[in-house]
Amino acid sequence: MEKQTSLGMNRTGIDMSPIDSKNMIEEAEKTLPSSTGDETAIYSVQNSYISAAAPVGSVPIPGTLKGMATSAMEKLSGDRPEVLIDSLGARLAFERTGTRLYDYLISKCETIGVEGGVSLDTLKRFREEEARHFKTVAKALTSLGADPTAQTPCADTSAVASSGLLQVLSDPRTSVSQCLEATLIAELTDNAGWQLLIQLANGMGLDEMVADFRAALAEEDIHLQHMRQWHEQAILNQTRVKAA
Amino acid sequence: MTLNLFDAKGCALDQQRFTWKELVQQPISKLDDDAFTRVRIILMNGLELEALRFQHACARMNKDLQRPLAKVRRIEQHQATMINWLISADHSTLETTIGYEQVAIEVTAAVAQNEPDAYLAQVYRFGLLEDFDHLYRYSALLDRLEGKDANNILQCYTDILPGRPTVDEHREPADDLRDHYDRSKAAPITKLHALTIMAGEQQTHNFYMNVGPLYADPVARQLYAEIASIEEQHVTQYESIIDPNETWLEKWLLHEAAEVYNYYGCLEQETNPRIKAIWERFLDYELGHLHLVRELFKKHERRDPAEVLPETLPDPIPFRSQREFVRRVLKQEVDLRTDGTQFVDKAQESPESLEYRRHINSEGSPSQAVAAGYQWSPGTELNRKIA
Repeated sequence: MEKQTSLGMNRTGIDMSPIDSKNMIEEAEKTLPSSTGDETAIYSVQNSYISAAAPVGSVPIPGTLKGMATSAMEKLSGDRPEVLIDSLGARLAFERTGTRLYDYLISKCETIGVEGGVSLDTLKRFREEEARHFKTVAKALTSLGADPTAQTPCADTSAVASSGLLQVLSDPRTSVSQCLEATLIAELTDNAGWQLLIQLANGMGLDEMVADFRAALAEEDIHLQHMRQWHEQAILNQTRVKAA
Repeated sequence: MTLNLFDAKGCALDQQRFTWKELVQQPISKLDDDAFTRVRIILMNGLELEALRFQHACARMNKDLQRPLAKVRRIEQHQATMINWLISADHSTLETTIGYEQVAIEVTAAVAQNEPDAYLAQVYRFGLLEDFDHLYRYSALLDRLEGKDANNILQCYTDILPGRPTVDEHREPADDLRDHYDRSKAAPITKLHALTIMAGEQQTHNFYMNVGPLYADPVARQLYAEIASIEEQHVTQYESIIDPNETWLEKWLLHEAAEVYNYYGCLEQETNPRIKAIWERFLDYELGHLHLVRELFKKHERRDPAEVLPETLPDPIPFRSQREFVRRVLKQEVDLRTDGTQFVDKAQESPESLEYRRHINSEGSPSQAVAAGYQWSPGTELNRKIA
């Protein structure tokens, strides 16, 4: 079914009900709120919870600290390896979910056709690369004696942050361009995540990881560049506007 | 069209079948469908969930009825699924919540005006002003938490104004009980109204209890906790108006009649042809259930169903904006409170409720905090505040 932007019976705005909306606005304006103050009242309640809140969870203790030393881990003495493990955990989870995002995008393009010059073969290559990046991070975690099957705190919060992307990609009603936008959001975050990982690993003297991560980032740069371009093109193609 | 409840046999039970593909159909459009289509979906899901809950309770108390109850219940389960799954996934939980409150306001207001029993009409008006306030609190939360305008969901049918303040709705449990109608004297419409509104409130209570913990924001978690507590009070109120002397089979008969009545009302008023076809199909299913229960009633109770059911259905609940009625009730009755089963001015409210409320609000009121200084304006309050 055609999913391009179209004019229709959208009922959400007040212009759809000029008489009722006028009546509604007038009544709202002359009715006083039942309590004084403003939206900051929410933050004062929230602040009391923030002060008392425990973190979402912890980074699991790596095998090295349980007596199973690895050569990579030994280099990190005093460098708070848990920060690296947490960031690796986040990247691992993101790449794994990213693979699923691409699965949905490929399926949608195969069903309703591509937009914006998207190449299905390229999409499939990106999907394979995301899956390989997941394994790259799993290998890095194992080299530190960390458990790549554990969900770290940053893996958890970044999954919450990106959960809406999956909702867009898995909804049968969404268009290719809407799905491209969701994938672009993922790729922007992913790209920044790899750059950070390289900085961390480099600063900790983990040369093998740095080399692996640079290779992954080179591929991620291409993903990002394509996503940005495809998304722009998919929107522009619906108009007469030419790409800049 | 007038539907005769004794002539219509409806769809035979063994023909009431589903596939997974049928159960999971294309949902409504949050943007393009009429708000009253969503209102009907939420209301009918509530009736189906009440059917399930009642039939489970009935099965636990009536060995002889377990087999027919199990058969009918499986169908109700799938009806509930097909209906509830019509809500599209782009509704945030809070947006769906706005829809639930719109149901509570518009349907209760319509019922309050058509209820022939003056005391029960007062019960509905009392509950109405409380749900009306919930809509205002949730709208403030939607604006301030998600940056969205609740009127995108309400479509200008329902006002967003303070009602009886939620902070004042917390009562001692005994002050939520009401007098019940007399099963031998009450008009059929009275019984159908009571079941309909009770079902709606019950699903709202269950919904808030399930979704409250989905929020990260502590104020949102508190607000759902607070309003879920009121919905529990409302279920207490509305189930107490139903005559407890009705037999199990009499209640089952009335449940099926209430479903027939409401599907009929949905069918008559639905604007989305695809959804209208579902109402038509399910009306036929419910007539089948009613036919079965009529026969069970005759067999087990040796009574004529005509003692309980009207021959023809009363006029359906109108699905349209009840803005002027709600405003009038708000003006005249916002200060009503209760003392036991009676409605009194707030100066005469029961001391037990005042004490209960003093304690539960003593560490702050989520509903007051979330709506501090809140006035709805189109496009959210930021639209008004930012020049």
